[in-house]
Amino acid sequence: MRLQQALNRPWLAPASGLALLVACVLALEWAGHAGWISAFFLPPPSEIALAGWRLGDEEPLGAAFMTTLMLTLSATAASAALGITAGWLMYRHGDFGRAYEAWVGALFSAPLILLYPLFLVLFGRNLFTVALMGFLAGVIPVVLKTFEGLRGVPRVLINVARSFNLDERGILFKVLLPAARPAVFTGLRLSFIYCTINIVGLEYLTNFGGLGFLVGRMYDRFDIPAMYATVAFVLLVSVLGFWAAERIERLFTRR
Amino acid sequence: MSRTARIRLLTITAVWLAWEVLARSGLVFKGVVPSSLQVIAAMAEQLGHAPFYDHLLRTCYEVLIGFGIGSASAVVIGTAMGLSPFCGRMLHPYVNIFAPAPKIVFLPVLMILFGVDAGSKVAMAAISAFFPVVVATFDGAREVPLVLVRVAHSFRASTAQLALKVYLPSMLPPIVTGMRLGLGVAIIGTLLAEIKLSNKGLGFLAIQHYEGFHIPDLYAVLLIIFSLAVMANALIGRAATRFYRR
Repeated sequence: MRLQQALNRPWLAPASGLALLVACVLALEWAGHAGWISAFFLPPPSEIALAGWRLGDEEPLGAAFMTTLMLTLSATAASAALGITAGWLMYRHGDFGRAYEAWVGALFSAPLILLYPLFLVLFGRNLFTVALMGFLAGVIPVVLKTFEGLRGVPRVLINVARSFNLDERGILFKVLLPAARPAVFTGLRLSFIYCTINIVGLEYLTNFGGLGFLVGRMYDRFDIPAMYATVAFVLLVSVLGFWAAERIERLFTRR
Repeated sequence: MSRTARIRLLTITAVWLAWEVLARSGLVFKGVVPSSLQVIAAMAEQLGHAPFYDHLLRTCYEVLIGFGIGSASAVVIGTAMGLSPFCGRMLHPYVNIFAPAPKIVFLPVLMILFGVDAGSKVAMAAISAFFPVVVATFDGAREVPLVLVRVAHSFRASTAQLALKVYLPSMLPPIVTGMRLGLGVAIIGTLLAEIKLSNKGLGFLAIQHYEGFHIPDLYAVLLIIFSLAVMANALIGRAATRFYRR
C-alpha cells in the first residue's frame, strides 16, 4: 500500500524515466571508453554531442534542418487543407463516401513512397517532388479520420442546428467540424508522422538535401558520431512537429 | 447493382481511361506512363519468372520475421506499460519521441550492427512495427474495464485465466489495429532498406527495373507489392474478426 502510494507521486515516474535515460547515457559513455562497445558501432554520447556541434560548422546543418522542417510542415499543411475537404466531401455525398472508404483505407497501408522513381522522372529531382511524396502519404489519414469524425457527429446536433435555420456552411463550421475535432486532429498528427517518414526517407534515398541526405552522407564518410548526431536532429524535427500539433489542438480546444 | 458498386465501377473505368489517354498523349516523357496492357504483360512475365519468387520470398521473410519480433516485443512492453501506471508514465514520453520518427534514418545504424544482408532489413521491419503496436497495446491495456478484472478476481481466476479470458479479449481490438498499422510501416521500412542497399528482395527488384528504365516492369512490381500489402492487411482484419466472433 505504502509502495503504491509512493509510486503514485506525480513527479516520481518522469524523474525515474529521466534517471533511466541518464543512467543509459552514462553506461554507454563508460562502455565506449572502456572498449566494451566499439566506437564504430556506437560512439560514446560525448563524441556524438561534439559531432553535433561540429556539424554546425562543417556541414550545412541549419539549412538541412530547415529544409526538412519546412518540407514536412508544407506537406502537412497541404494534407490538412485537401484532406479535410476530401473527408467532408465523402461525408457530404454519402454514397461516394461508402464507395471510396475501403479504397482510401487500403491506400493507407500501401507503400506509396515506392512511386518515388516515377515521380522523380515526372516532376524532376527537386524539393517539390519530395514535398509531393510527403503530401501523398500524409493526406490519406486526414481524409480517413475526417470522414470518421464527421460520421460520428450525433445526428441530434445537426437536427438542432437545422431547427435554428442554420445553413450548410454554418452547420459545417459551427457543428460538424467542432464535433469532429478530436478525430481530425488525430488525422493531422498521423499526417505529420507519415509526411516526416516519407520526406526524410526520400531525402535519404535520393541524396537530394535535408537531414535525410545528411545522415546518408555521414554514413558514407564513416563519420559515425556525426551520423548519430544527425539522427538526433531528425528526432528533434519529429518532437517539434508533435509539440506544435499539441499546441494548435489546445488553441482550437480553448475557443 | 448497388449505387456504391456503380460508383466504384465508374471510378475504375474513368481512372483507366485517363491513364490510357495520358499514356498515348505524349504529354509526359515517353515510357514513363506505359499503357495498361504493357503493365499487365509485364506483370504476367514477372509472375511467370522463377527468380521473381526468390525476391518475393526474401522480402516476405524479412517482413514477417521483423514484424513478428517487433509486434511481439511491443505487445509485452505495451501491456507492462498499460497495466503498471508507474511504468506507463515513465516510458510513455520516450515512446512519444521515437514513435513519429522516420525509422529509415536508423538504417545506417542497423547496417553497422546487423550487416548489409537480411539482418538489417529484419531489424528495420522490427523497429518500424514496434511503435504503432506498443502505442495501441498501451492504450488497450489502460482501457480494460476494472470491473471485469475485479469480477475475475472474485471468481479466483488464475493469472493465466485473467490474461486469456479478461485482458486479451479486451485488448485485442486495439492491438489488431496497431498491428495493421505496424505491418504497413514494416513493409515500407523493409522495401526502403532493400532499395537503399540490397541484392535481393522486391525493393531491390523495383530499383533494378528503374535504373534499367524498364518502366512497365517497375509498375508491375509496384502493383504486386501494393496488392500484397493490401491483402496482408485484409487477412489480419479477417483473422481478428473471426477471433472476435468466438
